[in-house]
Amino acid sequence: MTSASDICAGRLAPGAYHEAFSDLHAELDRHEARVAAERCLFCYDAPCVNACPTGIDIPLFIRQIATGNDQGAGKTILDSNIFGGMCARVCPTETLCEEACVRNAAEGKPVIIGELQRHATDAVMASGRQLYRQGTRTGKRIAVVGAGPAGLSCAHRLATLGHDVVVFDGRAKPGGLNEHGIASYKSTNNFAQAEVDWILSVGGIELRCGQMLGHDFTLADLRRDFDAVFLGLGLQAVNALGAEGDDLNGVEDAVAFIEALRQSTDLSTLPIGRRVVVIGGGMTAIDAAVQAKKLGAEEVTIVYRRGAEQMGASGYEQELALVNGVVIRHWARPVAVYAADGALRAVSFAATAVEDGRLVDTGETFELPADQLFRAIGQVFVPQVLEGSHDVLELEGGRIAVDFERRTSLPDVWAGGDCAAGGRDLTVVAVEDGKQAALSINRMLQGFVPLAAE
Amino acid sequence: MADLSVNFCGIKSPNPFWLASAPPTDKAYNIERAFRAGWGGAVWKTLGEDGPPIVNVSGPRYGVVHGPDRRVTAFNNIELITDRTLEINLQEIAEMKRRWPDRAIVVSLMVPCEEEAWKRILPRVEATGADGIELNFGCPHGMSERGMGAAVGQVPEYVEMVTRWCKTHSRMPVIVKLTPNITDVRKPAEAAKRGGADAVSLINTINSIVGVDLDRMVPNPHTDGKATHGGMCGPAVKPIALNMVAEIARSPATRGLPISGIGGIETWRDAAEFIALGCGTVQVCTAAMVYGFKIVQEMITGLEEFMDQHGYATVSDFAGAAVPNVTDWQYLNLNYAVKARIDQNLCIKCGRCHVACEDTSHQAITHLVDGVRHFEVIDEECVGCNLCASVCPIENCITMEPLVNEIDRRTGRLVDGSYLNWTQHPNNPLSAAAKKPLEPLEPAE
Repeated sequence: MTSASDICAGRLAPGAYHEAFSDLHAELDRHEARVAAERCLFCYDAPCVNACPTGIDIPLFIRQIATGNDQGAGKTILDSNIFGGMCARVCPTETLCEEACVRNAAEGKPVIIGELQRHATDAVMASGRQLYRQGTRTGKRIAVVGAGPAGLSCAHRLATLGHDVVVFDGRAKPGGLNEHGIASYKSTNNFAQAEVDWILSVGGIELRCGQMLGHDFTLADLRRDFDAVFLGLGLQAVNALGAEGDDLNGVEDAVAFIEALRQSTDLSTLPIGRRVVVIGGGMTAIDAAVQAKKLGAEEVTIVYRRGAEQMGASGYEQELALVNGVVIRHWARPVAVYAADGALRAVSFAATAVEDGRLVDTGETFELPADQLFRAIGQVFVPQVLEGSHDVLELEGGRIAVDFERRTSLPDVWAGGDCAAGGRDLTVVAVEDGKQAALSINRMLQGFVPLAAE
Repeated sequence: MADLSVNFCGIKSPNPFWLASAPPTDKAYNIERAFRAGWGGAVWKTLGEDGPPIVNVSGPRYGVVHGPDRRVTAFNNIELITDRTLEINLQEIAEMKRRWPDRAIVVSLMVPCEEEAWKRILPRVEATGADGIELNFGCPHGMSERGMGAAVGQVPEYVEMVTRWCKTHSRMPVIVKLTPNITDVRKPAEAAKRGGADAVSLINTINSIVGVDLDRMVPNPHTDGKATHGGMCGPAVKPIALNMVAEIARSPATRGLPISGIGGIETWRDAAEFIALGCGTVQVCTAAMVYGFKIVQEMITGLEEFMDQHGYATVSDFAGAAVPNVTDWQYLNLNYAVKARIDQNLCIKCGRCHVACEDTSHQAITHLVDGVRHFEVIDEECVGCNLCASVCPIENCITMEPLVNEIDRRTGRLVDGSYLNWTQHPNNPLSAAAKKPLEPLEPAE
């Protein structure tokens, strides 16, 4: 055995990276889109619409595609979800709209709503047309913290309603998880930035990057200087492994790996282990594992403490991992991580089972050799970012408590996206949070009482 | 095994599937391929007078209506009759008849409305050994502007006159092809019969503009920026053809006149429907032009299977079997009642039945039951109109079930199997019942 760590860059031939990280789905061409669109039955009170967190009028946009009106279809989508293009790429449609499609009952196969949505929104993006403009100026100013899907969705809706918006983001680039937290084969050709640029070009939105809440300014500052505040802060920290050796070299956060990969200009310089273990069962675990494999890791194993059905990753995502050569091992939790000569060598696991509704160790153990380990066991909200405010925001389950209008416990502060309690950690939910918060802020600024009196 | 062979007004063919007079039957090459594929007969593309050849446009001749997935639901065309010389056509007809003696070859004809013109061409056609002639009184474009085709077919007197000339100057069976571009198709059919026609065939194509090119602002198909109406055919015209066939089949004046059915026939089922309404043979063009000649094999095997299943030994066993059941509205039983029934096991919950009924009809189908998405017929409102079953995407999910000795919850009346048509109905001021003195009114409650 070599003593050096077996984590290195350039495992693929120089030309192979582009192909490995190319678009997950080929775009539907005009014919494919039309054939797919014609399967839509134009349901009454369509179940797919009810299953979409942003309530996109799916039967209408699909009918628009079928009649050759791709631009109109795109507008229908974007009216409800300004991130319709990204959601078409990252939504777990098989557990949302496509799961609800009545064609499942008829033929076991839904209308491919996600791919049709991409067809329509790509048409709008390709046209270069701006479909919206800032509304008649109200003179009201709103601060949005976080330029992710929640924040920009909120900012865009506020701008169309005539308000002036300043968006703060701690990172150098806007986009939030769309830009930093999603597997690159889901957002090729720099789509996330192009989409953000298009959203911001509506007018009335000032973007201030490199400005971090709790560091460069406080919530109290914003409440003093603006008519309303929206917090789309996301999550700041990754859960600890709860296993010995969590701090060893070669043990990394999956989100950091995904971000580094997304921001890399030369994938051949990215180091990756020969044998990679990913701990977790969500989308992040899949994104990290599949991309590790694509970077040339020989063995990639996802280990999840429960079964396939409990995984946060959808069935489609699990299958994506499997066809990319990732091994998924269920019912095991990491116990210890072992290193030798400063390099990660192995991870030991305890087999788990459910007994009387509780997850317990069965007593069996096993070990996987590993050069690198990614933690993908969930992220947490760090409320310290809110410090410095005279007023205290109520939390719920460690995240910001909000009502159904996304109002926090402070009268002029709204919150949404992953930092708000009760969400599902999905882009599409964050977009809806931002939209609903904007509508609520607008109602408040117009002098209406909150919808939620209780 | 069912015997598909037919004898249609003296013309024999091994099956009732003929190719209609159209581009697929323009020359020996095509006919040879068709007969090899199994077609029972062909009506040769219309011949005109000897003389300078017909000139067609050198641009698009076809327009199209597409259904889902670019399925062709209709064509229209502005092609004229054959643009090859009479002599070549006659030679090829004779050659084909020699090569395929068991197949029916009928020759479509269109010459000016002068007896001498018909007198000149008929012996030459007869000399080919062809089995019969079909008079093209239907072509709705181009030739009609020259006083032929539909210009003849739309004037019953001309139909009768030309038919008589043909019967006088030829021993061949004469089939008169009728145009649908007329108010009452029975009139030219009656005229054909008076003129001595052995049969009629219908329908020819329907005057149509299939669409407009919205960039150029000209209908399709267009020639150098201008367009003209064409003749429409294909599956979309089948219902019109079936009705016209049935009208002739059930009319006392034309009952029993052999009919060769034409109009949107694509499958064995289409053919069987035309035969059930009184046709002795069927003619096909569009389906062949979309899918090629091989489709006849589906038609032959499908019709055989249908006939075997129903115990029909020959085509004539069921030809016209549906004709007695075609009647006027006034004879429909107004005491009969059905209700829609939704099979919940088949229902996929698309809600189209609900919205169709709710928005456009009788508000007789639920959307929610106890707050749950559920589609159920409300008998108190259902008039049995069949709209829900028509728009349901799942076959047999919604059926129309007759009420038998039970109360119609919409009308409160007992449906007891009795018969009452409009001519007998008390609401009809002309009915016998209405002429009876009024019953004394019930005392008010």
